[in-house]
Parts: sequence; structure tokens; C-alpha cells
Amino acid sequence: MTEKELEILRIIEEDARIDLNTLAKMTSINEEEIKAILKKLEKMKVILNYSAVVDWSKVPQTERVTAMIDVKVTPKRGVGFDEVAERIYRFSEVQALYLMSGAYDLQVVIEGKTMQEIARFVSEKLSSIDSVISTTTHFQLKKYKHDGIVFEEGEEDRRIVVTP
Amino acid sequence: MSQLNVKTKSRLSSRIQDIQPSGIRRFFDLASSMDNIISLGVGEPDFITPWNIREASISSMERGFTAYSANAGVLELRQEISKYMYERFDVDYDPETEVLVTVGASEAIDIGCRAILDPGDEVIIVEPGFVSYSPLVSMAGGVPVSVGTRIEDDFKVSAEQIRAAITEKTKALMISFPNNPTGAVMLREDLQEIAVLAEEHDLIVFSDEIYAELSYDNQHVSFAALDGMKERTILISGFSKAFAMTGWRLGFVMAPPDLLAAMLKLHQYSLMCAPTMAQYGALEALKSGMEDVERMTQSYKQRRGFFVESFAEMGLACHMPGGAFYAFPSIKATGLTSEEFAEKLLYEEHVAVVPGDIFGAGGEGHIRCSYATSMENLQEATKRMNRFVSKYL
Repeated sequence: MTEKELEILRIIEEDARIDLNTLAKMTSINEEEIKAILKKLEKMKVILNYSAVVDWSKVPQTERVTAMIDVKVTPKRGVGFDEVAERIYRFSEVQALYLMSGAYDLQVVIEGKTMQEIARFVSEKLSSIDSVISTTTHFQLKKYKHDGIVFEEGEEDRRIVVTP
Repeated sequence: MSQLNVKTKSRLSSRIQDIQPSGIRRFFDLASSMDNIISLGVGEPDFITPWNIREASISSMERGFTAYSANAGVLELRQEISKYMYERFDVDYDPETEVLVTVGASEAIDIGCRAILDPGDEVIIVEPGFVSYSPLVSMAGGVPVSVGTRIEDDFKVSAEQIRAAITEKTKALMISFPNNPTGAVMLREDLQEIAVLAEEHDLIVFSDEIYAELSYDNQHVSFAALDGMKERTILISGFSKAFAMTGWRLGFVMAPPDLLAAMLKLHQYSLMCAPTMAQYGALEALKSGMEDVERMTQSYKQRRGFFVESFAEMGLACHMPGGAFYAFPSIKATGLTSEEFAEKLLYEEHVAVVPGDIFGAGGEGHIRCSYATSMENLQEATKRMNRFVSKYL
């Protein structure tokens, strides 16, 4: 990865909506070259998506419940954890899935409308997968910070307006 | 109560009466009276001090480190400062005898002047420059002598310019690169010719390097790192700009033992020591704050790129500032003075900038615009400035 590519990645990770013209000025790379770099990074699947961080708790009638589920599984000969992981992440309710070191193997992040919906997913879909030995479900109570972004009111600018 | 002498003799010293309040103050009052302004007038980072630094200071208080420290500062901090300056800027100072922790870099300038100046001694000040230099020289009994830099020279100062200002009374030279307000930097070869001159005329050189970390295109070269210069340099820096710690009021000065001992005497009698809890925050800054410095510097660099190009689009000449977080575009094309430009811009577009003349010789015809603010603010501010400038071009 070149210095230019790294710099562009760092900027759009913070602000995916930044316009080409501004990006060009910030990096001193011309717009055509930036376009080419972005295209290349998308093709390489380094950039996967340009999405917004939404605080759904502030939107009425869209309350969601998020749970983190610790899953212990028996890995299969030859394919290890990958096969069972795939079986799990294919469910659209699954927001994230990680292979973990430590007390359990997979961490599933799941989102649903109600606790019952999640409970049903765990008992009917997750636990019934052959390799799954056990599950421990933790419900999120409040989101303070997500993907590096603090969800409460940001810290305001406390500087006085003109200083030497 | 005696009424004698009330009319004839002021209760204030003539020295203080001769000093004008900073022009910044007037502008601050103007800008504060208005709502919804975007300020490009702030001379400090828009970042909040990184949390690990704040946390270390809080923890020092919890553990009861609330007493005076050594006059020169907590020894461990002086050791870290010495190590940091050696590793980053190739200068070698003994933490026991050549480093003093001050209340901001401003105190360092103050006690430096008071330590070396006799009444009438002249100090050559390279301007545009920080607003405190000239008053601090005057308050120490010295005579400030301005040398103005120009946009044509990228606001660098040359040995010839300084030489032309030297008289028999010249005792010292005051330089500051990267510069506030111009953002100018001096490369090694630029500084080298000043070093030769300093040697020739036996000058003491104040080098205020508070913005050293914020150098975007070239590694900063410390004046004290040049051959033979450590002996005649009062090297000033601090935590405010690089670590976003302005309100902590913590700076430091490094100088040969005889100069440092004299400054320590002044510091000891007027301040005793820098605040202890701030010193523990600074210690953490040096131990593990460099990644944050890098992150902030990268961000300033990107904003600089955006900002300077925007001036070109407006039709205002602006040199590429190599450091600090200021652009210092020329507004001469508008036909307005710096004051007029800044005042009208504030009233008409609600953008605060600082008129360049406040920063001394060479500043008129320019405005100081700080890009230590969010990209969002910069985009909006440049849009408004563009609209404003187009009325005059």
C-alpha cells in the first residue's frame, strides 16, 4: 500500500462523504488519481462499503435490541471454524461475527426488534447447529461509543474566539 | 487622605504605561459580541488534551502529588524533556543544570529577557511574530528592534536583514520558526547564515520553537542544534501546541548553565515552580503521547492543504506555510487594510480572523487565519470568505 493510498483511507474512514475536490486539496493528489485509487481499493475489497453511523435509539419506533453471543463450537477436521462460521453469518440477523481467542470460539453480534426475537434465534437457529456446544447471550443495555464514535453529546469547543 | 500629586503623578509605572495592550484584545471584544461566528482567530489546537494525559494528571492528584515541586520542575519530567529533545531535535541538555520547566513558553521568554537585558540593550525581533516578544523585551528594560519578513521570501529572515539592524547595543536576537502568525519555517541552510552572524556579533539568540512538532514538509531544525550555537541559545518550547495542552500553562526553557541559573533565580522568586499536577500530565505526554501528536499533525497537514488552495481560488496570494497551524494570506488585492478586512469580514460574513498588523512589522496587508478548526468549519469559512473577497476583486 502506498503512502497516498493510506492517507486517503484514513480520511474516508473518518468521513466517507467527503467530496473529491476537498480530498484533492487536503492530500495534494489530483482528483483523477484519487478516483483511480478509490476504484482500486474497492476492487481489492479494502474498501467494502461507505455507510453512515446511525444512532437508532434516537429514532422513535425503531428500537432495536443488540446481543453479543459467546459461542463454543467443535471445529471440523479440514475446515476448522470456517464452515460453522459461514453457517452462522449467513443469517441476516447476524451483524458481526468474530473468531476469538480465550474462553469461547465465536462471538456473534445479533440485532433484533425484541428480546424474544433474539431468544428465538438463539434457541432455534444457533443452538441447533451441529457443531455448536454452548451459547452465552449478553444483551447490550446502552451504546456509549461505537466504531470510534461517542454516542452522547460531543465535547464542545471551549476555546475563546480570538487568542494570540 | 492626601490629595497631593494625584494629578501630576500616575500611580502606574511609566514603563507599563508605555506598553500598549495587545491588538488581539480589541478584536476579541469585537468577535465575542457576536453570535454564530466561525472563528479562524484562535491560536491554539482544536483538539482536547488526549485522555491519557488528562488521566495521568488526575491520578497524580488522587495520589496526593499536590505539593511544590523542585523549583526547576519535577526531575523526572526534566529528564524526559531532555531525552525527548535529544531524540526529536538533536539537542543535548543536562536535565539537572540546563532545563527549567516554566509556566508556559511565555514565562520562559519573560525570564529570559529579564535575565540578560540591561536598560537600553537592544533585542532584534523578527516579525511578524508572536505578540508578546516586544512588550516582554520592553518590560525587561530592553529596546525591541523590529525586522520585518516578506511574503516574497516566504516570510523567512535573512542574515542581511538582521545585520542591517545590528548596532553596538544589540544584545540578542529573537526568532521563532515555525512561525506564528506566518507559518514560515527556516531550513538548516537558512539558519546557518544567522548562526554565523550571531557568532560574529556575539548575540544571544532566543529561539522559540513551540511549534516545532507541527512541521509538515521538512524535519524541524533547532537553532541550538547548529554547530556552536548551544552556547548562545535560549531554546524555548512547551506542551501547548504539540500536545494540545494550552490551558495547562506548561513550557520549558533550555540554556547553558549560567543563563539557566539566572532564569531559575527569577522563576524561583516569582513563581516558585510550575503547577505540579500539570507537570505530571506533561510527563505522561512525553512518555506516551507521540502517537497522538502524529495523528494531530497529520490532520493539520490535510487542513493546510485544503485551506491554502482555497485562498488561491479566492484570488488571494498565500505562501505555503511549512509549519504551525496558520495561513497568512495577503489581502492587498482587495484594497483594504488588514483591520478593515478583518472587521468587515466579521460583520458581513461572521468569520473571525486576526489582522496581520497586530503581529508587527511586515504584518500589514495580511490576515492570520488559523486552521486549527474542523474541516466542516474550514469549508464553510472559505465559502463565506470567497463571497466576501469577490466583492473587492
